[in-house]
Amino acid sequence: MTIGLNHYLVVSIMLFCVGLFGVIVRRNLLVIYMGLELMLNAANLALVAFSRFNDNLDGQVFVFFIITVAAAEVAVGLALIVALYRKRQTVHAEDLTTLRL
Amino acid sequence: MENFFFYFFAALTLIFAFLVIANPFSNNPVTSAMFLVLTIASLAGLFVLLHAYFLAAVQVLVYAGAVMVLFLFVIMLLDLKAEEERHIRAFGLGAGLISVGAIVSIFLISLLKAPLLSNPAPIVHGDTLALGKLLFNQYSLPFEIVSVLLLVAMIGVVLLSKKELK
Repeated sequence: MTIGLNHYLVVSIMLFCVGLFGVIVRRNLLVIYMGLELMLNAANLALVAFSRFNDNLDGQVFVFFIITVAAAEVAVGLALIVALYRKRQTVHAEDLTTLRL
Repeated sequence: MENFFFYFFAALTLIFAFLVIANPFSNNPVTSAMFLVLTIASLAGLFVLLHAYFLAAVQVLVYAGAVMVLFLFVIMLLDLKAEEERHIRAFGLGAGLISVGAIVSIFLISLLKAPLLSNPAPIVHGDTLALGKLLFNQYSLPFEIVSVLLLVAMIGVVLLSKKELK
């Protein structure tokens, strides 16, 4: 049996679910961020697979832009985490309850 | 042969990804970051199998290189000794399982209704030449906008990292 689009999509959705599970379950902000990266990578894999099996390179250009935006997002997000740690001395999501009524 | 490599890299990707978020041996963020590097490297292997050579190189350079170094810098900058003892709560586990199950069921329903696309189209090679032509002709405006976005991110990070936030 040859490897088709469906195989890659199944891998992509499993990777996405692992990332989503990490974002919901873990309480460390840094690990939550890594879960976000996993979800972005799952989307990239799906896009590249679609591009390959539809004979169209536009999907790969899109993935290129996603990687660039993800790099910028990681830089800003980690700077926010560092600023937060400086102010509150924690990177634990349960300790950040300022907005709670 | 290609089948073997697909299953090999797919299994590696999923195992390493699982070890990123739930490592039974260590709760340390540094271990998670290292497994994230391995996940991204095996994902680059999958990209090569899909003939996206340029993206595989970019994936290793940008993600496994730049982004992960940034992650490790921040982890080492923060003193995370006290964080290691906390455990996963049952409520979070239940919420995670429910949401993941919902997404998987949506995906399975749509996959079963879609026609099977297993015969590959004529191979499109995502090498540097083809992608560069597309990027600098058809997608030149988004390319420039992305460079502005990187500049904005850089200025924002410098501003956020100042000693006193005003």
